[in-house]
Amino acid sequence: MIEAPAQPPVRSPGTGVRVERVTKAFRTRGATVRALDGVSLRAEPGEIVTVVGPSGCGKTTLLELICGLSRPDGGTVECDPAALMPQRDLLLPWLSAVDNAALALRVRGLPRERARAHAAPWLERFGLGGFEQARPAQLSGGMRQRVSFLRSLLAGKPVLALDEPFAALDAITRAEMQGWLAHVLDSEPRTVVLVTHDVEEAVLLGDRVVVMSARPGRVVRTLEVDLPRPRRRTEPGVLALREAVLEALGVQG
Amino acid sequence: MSGPAGPEVRDERARRAGGAGVIPPARKGAPAPGAWLDAARRARLSVLPALAVILCLLGAWELYVDLGGVDPLVLPAPHAVLASLYDDRALLWSNFLVTAREIALGIVAAMAAGLAMAVVIHFSPTLRRALYPLLVASQAVPVPMLAPVLALWLGFGILPKVVVIALVSFFPVVVTTLAGFAAVDPELLRLMRTLDAGRLETFRRVELPAALPSVVTGTKIAIVVAVIGAVFAEWMSASSGLGYLFEQSIAQLLPARAFATTAVLCALSIGLFTLMTVAERRLLPWANQPKSEGDR
Repeated sequence: MIEAPAQPPVRSPGTGVRVERVTKAFRTRGATVRALDGVSLRAEPGEIVTVVGPSGCGKTTLLELICGLSRPDGGTVECDPAALMPQRDLLLPWLSAVDNAALALRVRGLPRERARAHAAPWLERFGLGGFEQARPAQLSGGMRQRVSFLRSLLAGKPVLALDEPFAALDAITRAEMQGWLAHVLDSEPRTVVLVTHDVEEAVLLGDRVVVMSARPGRVVRTLEVDLPRPRRRTEPGVLALREAVLEALGVQG
Repeated sequence: MSGPAGPEVRDERARRAGGAGVIPPARKGAPAPGAWLDAARRARLSVLPALAVILCLLGAWELYVDLGGVDPLVLPAPHAVLASLYDDRALLWSNFLVTAREIALGIVAAMAAGLAMAVVIHFSPTLRRALYPLLVASQAVPVPMLAPVLALWLGFGILPKVVVIALVSFFPVVVTTLAGFAAVDPELLRLMRTLDAGRLETFRRVELPAALPSVVTGTKIAIVVAVIGAVFAEWMSASSGLGYLFEQSIAQLLPARAFATTAVLCALSIGLFTLMTVAERRLLPWANQPKSEGDR
């Protein structure tokens, strides 16, 4: 079923993301599942907040609230308009890379040629030059994920909600893409909420790491990442924070 | 992915294995000359087993009729059918044109009405509840009983035939199109909402193109039942067409011509089916590509 466009729970521009004591429950087959239980989270404009937690901690529910795709049962969500980037690339197989990237512009009513002209330099910047006319099936997993990111970026929203963006990639490509994303966000700052269950990814990319527990989703700990960028995954500060996050998750290691 | 992977799938994997960012987009129409020959040879070899079975069956049939002393009025020999195909070619051709026209019009009407019905049902849950049961029930009405009633209402022209064909072809188009709409990833629909796409924009840019391969699949099924519908409709109220010619040939004790008529009908059905397959490959080349890596 198609629904109306997302209604961003926006108050005033420049809010960033403010989630205050939010609760959200779902009823499935008679049973009520509490997905989020008093979750608070803040991302100032331009800040990158990573949310890490085990499967079923309500990470995706949190992103849906931030994107205005659903309303909380309790608590408040205030944020600037957000574009979602899904875990799987979900590119449209009948469109070329450039047309996929320009989808948001076409939806907004831009004519095809103007939308392409706008998106093409971005493909170039994202290392996809020469692949403008390639169909998604002709691209590698990492390339498809870059097109998918670009599609969300070109929606022109101040907030990006990234839902485990690299979880479907192999380890080597994922490592490449993490470095790439850090680089892109450096030159193209956005307010970012990125959920992941990759602890290393959370520490490498985030200005702040929010650690969540499994159902019902609660914030266990919030860690500031006060490390200069670019970060290397082997530097002591990163390793120490990884330890801290794993400990907060209750992982023995 | 399990099962035998086709050559395209393997090529795709080999290209992916090259790593990220270094794979040039595959260019169409520029394979190595050797590869093309291989493909042609493989295609020829792949039809050989089916061809062998057909030839064996025809041979057995011919021998049975020639040596078994079968009355040719009961079962004509293949060579007699072939002879009729040649001798009656003008008659077969003119009747072929009549039936082909009926089927083409009927299928086009079924596609248009089926697509419209699917869209209406997709957009309105209320209309889905109202119309879907009727749609299923309409399929329970046997075509042989429908045809004479329609002839009574619509006369003896082309219209009742087209209506019968459209009625039997309609259902598969609606059902497969609805399945195509339903198969769109809900995550993709959520993404579209965050790109500020309204209902109509999402339908136009995502759901409709995504469902086109399903429309083609429904039409392929429709083609097969459309030929059956055409024959029944012609039996009831026709003075031309392959179904009519078949009936006349039986009545005039020309079994070889009846068999030849059947062969032409089969060829029409297979030809239309092939046409749809070719059209799909040309117009929707993305439809049969391997799934993205994330889905494996």
